[in-house]
Amino acid sequence: MPGKLKAKIVAGRHLPVMDRASDLTDAFVEVKFGNTTFKTDVYPKSLNPQWNSEWFKFEVDDEDLQDEPLQITVLDHDTYSANDAIGKVYIDIDPLLCSEAATVISGWLPIYDTIHGIRGEINVLVKVDLFNDLNRFRQSSCGVKFFCTTSIPRCYRAVMVHGFVEELVVNEDPEYQWIDRIRTPRASNEARQRLIFLMSGELQRKIGLKVLEMGGNAVVGYLQCFDLEGESGLVVRAIGTACTLEKISTFPATATHPNNSSPSKDMKEPGFGEEAPGVPLSSGPPTPLRAQTFSSFSPSKSYSRQSSSSDTELSLTPKTGGHLCHFCMIPPSPFCVFQEYPFFTLTAFPPGFLLHVGGVVSARSVKLLDRIHNPDEPETRDAWWEEIRQEIKSHAKALGCHAVVGYSESTSICEEVCILSASGTAAVLSSRFMQDGPLDTEHRFEEVVSPGCGFCHIPYDELNIPFPAQLTYCYCCRRYKVPDVLFTTIDLPTEANVTGKGCLIQARLCRTKKKAQGEGNATAISSLLPFLEYELHTQLMNKLKLRGMNALFGLRIQISVGETMLLGLASATGVYLTALPSPGGIQIAGKTPSDITYEQHISTMQKKINDTIDKNKELYEINPPEVVEEIIGSPIPEPRQRSRLFRSHSESSDEVSELDLSHGKKDAFVLEIDDTDAVEDIHALLTDSPTPAGFYSCNTEIMPGIQNWTSAIQMFTSVRVFRLNANLTNQGLNKIFSDLCENLLKSLYFKLRSMVPCCLCHLNFTVAIPEDELIQVAVTAVAMSFDKEQPLENGKQSGEKTLIKGKHRPLKAMSGIFPPHLSFLSSLSPSLSLALLLSTASSLEKASPLPEGRSRSLRSNRSYSGSSVAVVKMTPLSFIPGAKIIKYLGIINMFFIRETSSLREEGGVSGFLHTFIAEVFAMVRAHVAALGGNAVVSYSMKECVFMENPNKNQAQCLINVSGDAVIFVRESELESTSVQTQSATTHTSNATL
Amino acid sequence: MSVELDVFVGNTTIMDKEVYQLWLNGYTVNDAVKVRIEGGVMEECEASAEVLLSDTMDQYRTFQMCERLLHHPAKLANQLLFQIPPDRQAMLIERYYAFDDSFVREVLGKKLSKGTKKDLDDVSTKTGITLKSCRRQFDNFKRVFKVVEELKGPLVENIRQHFLLPDQLARDYAAIVFFANNRFETGKKKLQYLTFQDFAFCAGQLINNWTLGAVDNMMEDMDVDLDKEFLQDLKDLKILITDKDLLDQHKSRVNNETSHPLSLVCNALRGKTNVFNEMEANFKNLSRGLVNIAAKLINAKDVRDFFIDLVEKFIEPCRSDKWTSIDMNLYLTHYTNSAHILDTFKHHAVWTRYMGVIKSCILRMYHD
Repeated sequence: MPGKLKAKIVAGRHLPVMDRASDLTDAFVEVKFGNTTFKTDVYPKSLNPQWNSEWFKFEVDDEDLQDEPLQITVLDHDTYSANDAIGKVYIDIDPLLCSEAATVISGWLPIYDTIHGIRGEINVLVKVDLFNDLNRFRQSSCGVKFFCTTSIPRCYRAVMVHGFVEELVVNEDPEYQWIDRIRTPRASNEARQRLIFLMSGELQRKIGLKVLEMGGNAVVGYLQCFDLEGESGLVVRAIGTACTLEKISTFPATATHPNNSSPSKDMKEPGFGEEAPGVPLSSGPPTPLRAQTFSSFSPSKSYSRQSSSSDTELSLTPKTGGHLCHFCMIPPSPFCVFQEYPFFTLTAFPPGFLLHVGGVVSARSVKLLDRIHNPDEPETRDAWWEEIRQEIKSHAKALGCHAVVGYSESTSICEEVCILSASGTAAVLSSRFMQDGPLDTEHRFEEVVSPGCGFCHIPYDELNIPFPAQLTYCYCCRRYKVPDVLFTTIDLPTEANVTGKGCLIQARLCRTKKKAQGEGNATAISSLLPFLEYELHTQLMNKLKLRGMNALFGLRIQISVGETMLLGLASATGVYLTALPSPGGIQIAGKTPSDITYEQHISTMQKKINDTIDKNKELYEINPPEVVEEIIGSPIPEPRQRSRLFRSHSESSDEVSELDLSHGKKDAFVLEIDDTDAVEDIHALLTDSPTPAGFYSCNTEIMPGIQNWTSAIQMFTSVRVFRLNANLTNQGLNKIFSDLCENLLKSLYFKLRSMVPCCLCHLNFTVAIPEDELIQVAVTAVAMSFDKEQPLENGKQSGEKTLIKGKHRPLKAMSGIFPPHLSFLSSLSPSLSLALLLSTASSLEKASPLPEGRSRSLRSNRSYSGSSVAVVKMTPLSFIPGAKIIKYLGIINMFFIRETSSLREEGGVSGFLHTFIAEVFAMVRAHVAALGGNAVVSYSMKECVFMENPNKNQAQCLINVSGDAVIFVRESELESTSVQTQSATTHTSNATL
Repeated sequence: MSVELDVFVGNTTIMDKEVYQLWLNGYTVNDAVKVRIEGGVMEECEASAEVLLSDTMDQYRTFQMCERLLHHPAKLANQLLFQIPPDRQAMLIERYYAFDDSFVREVLGKKLSKGTKKDLDDVSTKTGITLKSCRRQFDNFKRVFKVVEELKGPLVENIRQHFLLPDQLARDYAAIVFFANNRFETGKKKLQYLTFQDFAFCAGQLINNWTLGAVDNMMEDMDVDLDKEFLQDLKDLKILITDKDLLDQHKSRVNNETSHPLSLVCNALRGKTNVFNEMEANFKNLSRGLVNIAAKLINAKDVRDFFIDLVEKFIEPCRSDKWTSIDMNLYLTHYTNSAHILDTFKHHAVWTRYMGVIKSCILRMYHD
């Protein structure tokens, strides 16, 4: 009995009218946790009841505390018939179980009904008293912190990164149980919502246990997904990166008071010093860790990982690093030996962590779903993922890498066919974060390599390249070899040398498929996949060249399967890495150059392409410093003038294909336009319309070349569903799909035009084929305004002052990009740069055109115009520009179902979904506010399943969202009122004073 | 290929002022798109008609979803569904409750009933305002009317607090409510030259001086109904025209005052002998007119005719005699003041309360 949960129902407001006769409601509340239920009194005849109940107390195991949500049901009392339910609130109490997160949940939460949507609000108070648990064999993992953020959270430092954690739980889907035939849609929806809540709780607890066994205290980059397998069940799975995190107190004032509550970390002062203004390299919380700050966690704990992987034993323990050395330029880190899967869900790393990047590795597998007979033994699903992860691992090895970063997993299900996909970036990591072993080899290595280009250097052996690639000497340091292009799934490292700005690059593909059943269907899909993937890759490469860029970050390839087609969408952010060679152009040629008009046609096309490349170079400010080989005298091969497209690429297997950097043989590529595919390629290349003036876009966290964000941010979700005509050819489909994405982007630019100049960051496209002839595209992103006048030179120093901004400034890039005569400015006196910073700060206030940007301070948030609704910001990024996150309050993971049988009355499908998404946002905001937060970071909409039946006037939608609830303060306020904010927000630090 | 579903939801609700206005004006989506295209927004933002259509539909949907909140503006600040910054909320409310002067002239003083609502299509044809917009404006009037009907306290303040309207708009609504409640006739041909603002000004005068609220400020309906006691007392003013002596005395006083040699303005007036003579000749008629209006106000039916009476009995005769506003002001000032010096006239308080309003109303209404 290690925990006591207490809940108090204060009041309700805006309740719906439940009694037509009186136009009022006699409301009461049921509070349920596990199998215990309490009730409040009936508050008669009011739409704004004041229950002011006693504290309802639940004495429960902490295991239950983790698994179960607190369920609050608001009902209308009816003397003669059954009480009518008004709606429910599920409260995830997990944030209360961690001492560093929230302490109380208090506020107005929307009362939600799956048929009617939000029906008023209820004010509740929830607290948890936890008793110390001394049970060594406990099943709970209270206190393990979870973060959706795929980097080390802002107010923590990573003491140790333990590695990959995964788990999955399965159950029968209530929607497909026999009882569903006799119960109401509402009951069925609620059963599903509750089940998924329970399963996520259980999953999180189990992952937490694994983390504890590994010796960690947190999961970063926690990614939880649902597979709605229909008849065969419901799978909830999650992956993440186990870490040991340590909180950094962010206030300089407290620097003299080391956090005594964490005894073993007595080396905190350097950390504070780095945070102080003006000191170089103070780039926000993920500060460059120094060797002495690592506390000594015994690596033997990590060994226990294998015994802990309860149900995933495939006895595929990796071999020792022996044969790995074959590829590696540096000795493999020791952690490979004990890590079954050296995978990291992180996409951004503390400086010095990522040594080299090999390239993208991905694996796919087509499976036939069968019914899960015993939910307690989810072996089949586990085995499937095992296979894929092994595949990924071997791909990474082939690239000479011992780790995979930016790792993610996804599925696409259509009827009984399921495509499992995994992808990541093969990389060589520094072992500094893995354990406190000898650091000499790495250290020696790092000293030689400049951080701005080091990660581009090939990790594989030059003489033993796993695929044909063009290698040149690094254009930055000229010492190590680099590839001609680099594809990755991670964010652009902050220290990377980049020329110009980046942009969103998408490859879109649609392929028809014959209708088939069972195994035949799976085989058909399997045989199509490699082609699909290959063509996506080709498209990406061409579009990259067309923009004059040489590297892709944040690459995400989504393949969606429908009954009669396959959709592929690859999104990434293209950049020009200074270290890599300049990309060649694209040359096209006819296969049979016979008549003159044909020749002319080709030459006009060629001209168009060349013009576009030039235009793009100007647009993205790509003007790399002239290559001055002769002067330096380095043995750099002649820059190639054109790209080569390699069309006879062989896939490793039907099921699994590897994306690599190979772009063919050494001979020059000629794009032949007799080839229908090539015509299509060229068409696709040239139809991508450029972003309107003032707009930039990327799918990564940050945009290279833009630093001075204003505080104006606007997160949004846009969903479109298109109905296709029957009997379309591949080309027709392609065109439609491509136009669809383009038009969606155009609409977004138009919508957000008042924010110009602005960048759409973290543009996350999700495609689905909900029905035979429907394509659904959902986008979630954040638009962020920036100041046009870039404080180019002093940016370096202002960046250091503004901690968060500095994080995203490729500091080292400065010297690489700007002519040397500007470099003297970087040694400006701090006072001058401060003044410059202030002037930009004042100009951004008036420049913020959108409401959210109105420089609203935390204080004014709390008390504007007497409204009780606090402003909550939402962003898919891990940070808020111009603000500092001072506390993480816990993970937000919510699942909602909405159904209607009066679709027309609710404004049709658009009206229905519009309302639902707005309601989901509202509920997320309300829960964050109740936790005491004012923002959600790393927000994502992981699932949006929409089904309609217009003939029956019905529709149903499922949405799953997640993110991290945080408290942030404006940097301006932090400086001016550091004392106030400190007392207001840091209970912990006060306690230690 | 067709777009089956198309939504955009921002964490901060995005609302375009221009589209909002088109929506309020009752344009259909297609008409709104046409107007926007003509406005040149496409060239500005490199957008296509398709994009514009999608945006317009989306905005219209957002406004429709917000509309029920706008019916109770206080709710807008407390709801959780849309995150709208306070200044945007104020803009939404203000524009939603804004109305067309030409529309309000059509329904001013009419009963805000279903019957009137049914006639809105005629109003729409006449004014060129879309029926949808007419309905919104009418419903706004009715909603405000219903809410303040049952409230105590000052009318303008109640409207401002309940509907979060800016001061001027709240005053206008007070006028509309006041007119609807007293059913003042404003539609007659002779009154057509008057604008809504003329009437709103008069309503303000009446509310501030003739209602119960002018004497006691914590009564129900205090600002909506005229002070019955005062109306009763007005009957006593009849003595000014029924008593022959008093009438003559009053006339000569006014003449003396206006012809007083020390008054520069009067000299100027006297210079216009024509006007002056007319005034002298008409005194009895004009005075009779004003006092009769006062005496009849106790009857609800005559209250309705208040403005038409003012025009017929006073403004028209003066206009036909080509008085200027200055003449009018001077005349009314002396007419009011000289009554106080009359020996047998006792009803000074009522007379001041009555004439104060009459004077400012007439001055406001005296134009072409």
